[in-house]
Amino acid sequence: MTAPEGAPAGRAETTRPVAAAHAISKRFGVTVALDEVSLEVTGGQVHALVGRNGAGKSTLVSVLTGLVPPDSGSVEFGGEPAPPVADREAWRSRVACVYQRSTVIPSLSVAENLFLNRQGLNRQGSGLISWGGLRRRARELLDAWEVDVDVRAPAERLSVEHRQLVEIARALSHGSRFIILDEPTAQLDGSAIERLFTRMRSLREAGVTFLFISHHLDEVYEVCDTVTVMRDARHIVTSPVAELDKPALVAAMTGEATGLIEPPAERPAPPEGATPALRVDGLGLPGAFHDVSLTVAAGEIVGLAGSGGSGKMAVGEAIVGLRRAGSGTVEIGGVRPRPGSVPAALRAGAGFVPQDRHREGLVPELSIAENATLTVPERLGRFGFVGARRRDRLGAEAIERLTIKAAGPGQPVAALSGGNQQKVVMARALAGDPTALVLLQPTAGVDVRAKETLLGAASDAAAHGAGVLVVSDDLDDLRPCDRVIVLFKGEIVTEMPRGWADHELIAAMEGIRDGN
Amino acid sequence: MTETETVVAAPAGSRIAAPRLARLRDLALVPAIIVIAIVGYFVSPVFLHWDNLVNVLQQQSEISLLVLAEALVLICGRMDLSLESTFGLAPGIAAWLTLAPGVAHGLGWLSGAWSIPLTLVVGAVIGTVNGLLIVRFRLNGFIVTLGMLIVLRGLLTGITGGKTFFNLPSSMIYLGNAVWIGLPASVWICLILYAVAIVVTGYTRFGRSLYAVGGNADASRAAGIRVDRVLWSTLVLGSVLAALGGLLLTGRLASVAASQGNGAIFTVFAAAVIGGVSLNGGRGTVFGAFTGILLLYMIQNVLTLAGVPAQWINALNGAIILIALIISRITSGQAQE
Repeated sequence: MTAPEGAPAGRAETTRPVAAAHAISKRFGVTVALDEVSLEVTGGQVHALVGRNGAGKSTLVSVLTGLVPPDSGSVEFGGEPAPPVADREAWRSRVACVYQRSTVIPSLSVAENLFLNRQGLNRQGSGLISWGGLRRRARELLDAWEVDVDVRAPAERLSVEHRQLVEIARALSHGSRFIILDEPTAQLDGSAIERLFTRMRSLREAGVTFLFISHHLDEVYEVCDTVTVMRDARHIVTSPVAELDKPALVAAMTGEATGLIEPPAERPAPPEGATPALRVDGLGLPGAFHDVSLTVAAGEIVGLAGSGGSGKMAVGEAIVGLRRAGSGTVEIGGVRPRPGSVPAALRAGAGFVPQDRHREGLVPELSIAENATLTVPERLGRFGFVGARRRDRLGAEAIERLTIKAAGPGQPVAALSGGNQQKVVMARALAGDPTALVLLQPTAGVDVRAKETLLGAASDAAAHGAGVLVVSDDLDDLRPCDRVIVLFKGEIVTEMPRGWADHELIAAMEGIRDGN
Repeated sequence: MTETETVVAAPAGSRIAAPRLARLRDLALVPAIIVIAIVGYFVSPVFLHWDNLVNVLQQQSEISLLVLAEALVLICGRMDLSLESTFGLAPGIAAWLTLAPGVAHGLGWLSGAWSIPLTLVVGAVIGTVNGLLIVRFRLNGFIVTLGMLIVLRGLLTGITGGKTFFNLPSSMIYLGNAVWIGLPASVWICLILYAVAIVVTGYTRFGRSLYAVGGNADASRAAGIRVDRVLWSTLVLGSVLAALGGLLLTGRLASVAASQGNGAIFTVFAAAVIGGVSLNGGRGTVFGAFTGILLLYMIQNVLTLAGVPAQWINALNGAIILIALIISRITSGQAQE
């Protein structure tokens, strides 16, 4: 029945892994996305893949689903080498991935999405699609996997939950019994997550294997059998979930504390009773966050931390007017700007670094000086005219202050490196001498030196009397903060004064409660 | 409900009801068409006479082939502005090659019997060039077809010398003039092609792939649809339909003017959008596009019968397009982006 005594220990079952990646390496330009990563997923399990942002999870998924060929290494399914990249049909019958981004066609019905490009034809010879038969097959498929949606409804009207179920059912109908779920819970509410887990368990009983990617470690402990941790493009550990407790898991995800950013010198405490630079009261946005209240005094640096789906970015964007909150108020230096209006927030004294510098931060073809002064046209000249000389002087000041490596203020920002581009965005945020400075992931994708400069500029602004709110999940960004407020699934869960330990903060961000 | 069902199934309230809205949307303009018919009857009882209705159908039959072509291209998420120039150039080249040098300024290289296949071949070649530039070389479709619109119009002006081809071979005139079983041949051709297109877009994998490609090209590729091939075939098909439409008009007027089709693309787009075809792709039906162009021509006919001076017809036409857009926005409830 099992292996005879004396056989090599621990290998009773001889089942091959349903999917295996062997020493996969992948580079994108100078960035190493995967460095000799190996992964084996055993059949009939829910296998968690965790790691912080940029750890290489997404690239590994792309390699495992055949979308990205690895530079070196190999992929196997059930012990056999993976099909060639061009053979989509063969890949589909071995592995399927439910992405965060929808892969259904919104205007077509659920039934047609399930059988796209393999719609059944009615009789031999007529060549026409049999809609009745198609709907019946779709109905049978969804019934078999107990998915309760109307097959005639257009896919765009599905909720995220139902859309995921339809995509899972479609994957199963291709014959794949190995399904990758890429952060499936990020857009779901609590009860929908529970239903998803229940379904994953019942599918596991039916022999389906899952690779489950999540930012929420609690979910790993709730539904997974095995967990693999990645960090900095490398495989760190694979272990049964039961044998790896949370502190060990967090340690594996974070590694040693980098500690590159020195906490700056103490700043004088703000005077009691002064108008806060920023006051947020009962702010809520359905589906993103609710009842968020916080105060940032003049000269204070406050961190707002949280993991991917925590809603921290939405809070920051609501404060500066990029989003319109559903409820609550924002006061900047005692003024209440019109909600959802960036100009109003800027007039009230806000300065901000948006989350995505490429999308919201910069106009790539314009010069450094123009980008750095986009928000302060009134400083450049009167009556709507722009004084080029004054603009270039302000640009030159920004280059000086933030040590931007550039040929001069007239250079287009598209020609700068990522770190220097981010400095231009920071210069723009500082250009109006803001009362409240809101920084959304201010050091995303920049190197350590640029990080130091950017955070130094934020500290300087605080020393000159600005209230700074740093919205980030990067521990280095949060180190200069006087206190850090932690958001989890749209709610403030805790606040930590300066001197927090890395693992405490990460545990709070990942939603792990004390003594749990 | 058993225990397991309640756990596994989504809550009953969230089950998505599917009223046959999608089908109703196809018919969104039918009430408007009926209203116009009634209004037309009160304006002039002549409106509902058989001869007048056939007249409306015939007048719109040529341009409705352009609408059909544009609807197909729009459904797969592209647009083709050059169709209106193809509409003129394809029969223009056929006339140029078949007319005798002495009578008109033709070349007379081929006999008149070649004119119909020539027209269609020219359409196919134009569609292939569009496909080459848009699908193969990944140029912006809007600008490519805008450029083609200008080039093709210029070619037609060049070969006609800015004038009009007369004395066309009889085969070129036949389709636009013949009467089959009591109806003009062009009406038959238009109705049959629409019927075929409705079946193809609704009931064949190729037709459904147009919607898939227009709705989400990446997802279509992942589903194994040859996206490029679908786009290319649709562009070629569209240009051939435009060439055929031009041939019908040439037959009816027994001539090819240098300006044939000039400016038609605006009416074509308006008809498609009024008929519910999305400019963003993946949405709309061939039948809807047909009701769109039919409605526009019925309104024009009513205005003519009402004795509106011809000088004002254009302004009213534009206003009607805007009003029809607003009405279809309200009845469909969907933003037209």
